Amino acid sequence: MATTIAIDASGDGTLTQRSAFWLFMRRKSTIGVLMVLPLLAIIAGLVAYPAGYSMFLSTLNKAETKFVGFANYLFLFKRETFWMVVQQSIIFALVAVVGKAFIGFVAAHAVNTIPTKGQRKWRGMMLIPWVIPPALSTLGWWWLFEPTYSAINWVLAEIGVDAIPWLSDTFWARFSVILVNIWIGAPFFLIMYLAALKSIPEELYEAAAIDGANAWQRLYHITLPMMRNIIAITVLFSIIVTFANFDIVRVLTQGGPRDSTHLFATYAFRVGIESNDIPLGASVSLFMFPVLAVLAFLILRNVRKRAMEL
Amino acid sequence: MALTKQTRRRFLKGAAATAAFTATAPYIKTAYSAGTLSLGLWDHWVPGANDVMERICVDWGKANNVDVHVDFITSIGNKLLLTAQAETRAETGHDVYCVPLWLVSMFRDSLVPLDDVVQEIESRHGKLVPSAWFLGNIDGVWRGAPAPTGSLSYANVSRADLYLDHAGIDLKAIFPANGDRDPALVDSWTYDAFLEAAEKLHAAGHPFGAAIAPAPDASAWLSTLFTAYGVKLVDESGDITVDSDETREVLDYLSRLTQFMDPGVYAWDDAGNNRWLISGTGSAIFNPPSAWAVAKRDNPDVAQHVWHHDAPRGPAGRYRAATPFFWGAWQFSPNVSAAKDLFLHVASPEVVTEMLQASQGFDLPLVEAYYESNDIWSTATPPDGVLYNYPIRGDEVQSVAGYPAPPEIASAIATQGVFPNLVARVTQGGDSFDDAIGWAENELEGLMRG
Repeated sequence: MATTIAIDASGDGTLTQRSAFWLFMRRKSTIGVLMVLPLLAIIAGLVAYPAGYSMFLSTLNKAETKFVGFANYLFLFKRETFWMVVQQSIIFALVAVVGKAFIGFVAAHAVNTIPTKGQRKWRGMMLIPWVIPPALSTLGWWWLFEPTYSAINWVLAEIGVDAIPWLSDTFWARFSVILVNIWIGAPFFLIMYLAALKSIPEELYEAAAIDGANAWQRLYHITLPMMRNIIAITVLFSIIVTFANFDIVRVLTQGGPRDSTHLFATYAFRVGIESNDIPLGASVSLFMFPVLAVLAFLILRNVRKRAMEL
Repeated sequence: MALTKQTRRRFLKGAAATAAFTATAPYIKTAYSAGTLSLGLWDHWVPGANDVMERICVDWGKANNVDVHVDFITSIGNKLLLTAQAETRAETGHDVYCVPLWLVSMFRDSLVPLDDVVQEIESRHGKLVPSAWFLGNIDGVWRGAPAPTGSLSYANVSRADLYLDHAGIDLKAIFPANGDRDPALVDSWTYDAFLEAAEKLHAAGHPFGAAIAPAPDASAWLSTLFTAYGVKLVDESGDITVDSDETREVLDYLSRLTQFMDPGVYAWDDAGNNRWLISGTGSAIFNPPSAWAVAKRDNPDVAQHVWHHDAPRGPAGRYRAATPFFWGAWQFSPNVSAAKDLFLHVASPEVVTEMLQASQGFDLPLVEAYYESNDIWSTATPPDGVLYNYPIRGDEVQSVAGYPAPPEIASAIATQGVFPNLVARVTQGGDSFDDAIGWAENELEGLMRG
């Protein structure tokens, strides 16, 4: 790289200052900061500001004219329906994430055994549920589950099985929204796990085979430990996204029957937008924020610790 | 130059005087209002109605030197409400916005007072219907002017042939397509008679269908049933009154009625009852004439047997759910004077009649006198007289979900689905009456916060 030589002809130090500025600008750290500035601006504008604003809103009264501190949260604690939403959101997130992780893990192993030549088309096909906009694919599921003219029930009737109240019964409605969430989200786990599987050195399996390890032992002692960080990060990411889910419930059940499928996001929408109580809606949506923040901190700290050990 | 000190007291006096003048002054038309007027209007269900509405507004704009732009916004997925929330928070968007049912109350602080306009409309064309007063006049101030299109009511829509064949009830004789009603026959149309018929029609494979789910239609029909039994969830003064013998009585009634309904009603959306009737399975629903209008196109065999008529009478009277539509002007609009001129224009009998024709009788005027001057409901066919009883002809009283609670509480009762949830807790969830009422009390307490 050519070096600029600054000559202070005037003797007043102007060129020296200018060259110092250019040297500063050409430092890697300066360029790095400049290059991330657009991203920082986007995060500040589209993440930090809305988050801060919703926190601010959650501290106002219904008319948004008075600061009430944590009164909205305390108010929610006394609401029976809210606690039902908390319970449902936890059930929804945990069951769905476990389901997605399990199916993704099995599918990743299945795809990994396919010869490289034909693997791409399988990977592509299995990603389809994740790629389609969820509101659109959920509409397709709604037609399958339709309360009166369900396509699945029509097939069941053809083989002599009683109709299932997919969306009108509490248990089946919860089952349906979780099933659709798993269907949409499992490919994400698949692709992450597949990438992790491919990064495990083949020599480890060869050495284990020489030592006489069976398939289960190879999975338990090689595959799982080597995938641990990816599993942790994927699960963390999925828990956060699943807790914040909106479109599936909105399209399939609108929170019914009897509010039994509401999640934080759909209930916040019902309370905040539809009932015009924006501060209370903001409080509902922010309720899990501290819990998820602590969870994220703990998981990421463990991941970092393991990465250091490796 | 010395400025007179503006004290708080003086400011308030001035503001009060200005407000009083604005509220009481007669409306003065500002001809050739000029400028641009952007309208966010409801996307009509009936094909072709939007085109007529747009033409009327644009023609008015040309005559008054106003550049009019019309956007039609669907109410599906609550998009009308979502757009209103976005525009009022951002304080930008349309100048004129369609605010049906509870939206006037919800956005009262963002809507321009329209006392002068509504007073002018009433002085020119006559009194508005009671539901318009309840929903459009908030705390004594009009925030919405009557919309020329969109207002509807939930008539009892039945298959006259099925009622006659399986329940032995001649609905066309009880509610004929003329003014010649037999009061004794009308009196016989009670919720008990409705239940008896529902059982017979269910046995014949043609059950009654109505949503008991988080959908506006569910709150509409259930609230009228509750009102017909004398139930008030919250009274006029804002006190919770759901714990009553009347509530237990209506829950008992619904426990019996739901045995003869499809279990899918707990997950129906607003189109569920339409599909139920149009498919030929359903014998009765509560709806505006959209189900009949679609059946005319998709299943004419069903359409020719459909009959719109009065709701059954309960111990406390006969009620029908209404959904009035208003147009309002956002306070951030720079062209409120042009908006007010337009509101006056579209409230004229000529415009309302044109929209009635375009909507095939779906729309119901908010000016009482317009019912006398229109015969669209008498001439609609098939069958002849199918819509004659769609406007209220007898002793029915208009009602809105949550009435008579104060509007901000009533709107939350409707939007949070208190009615369908209370009913479903008993009829589907197996809760005792006391448990379900206890849940409702807790829920209603939550709607009271200021």
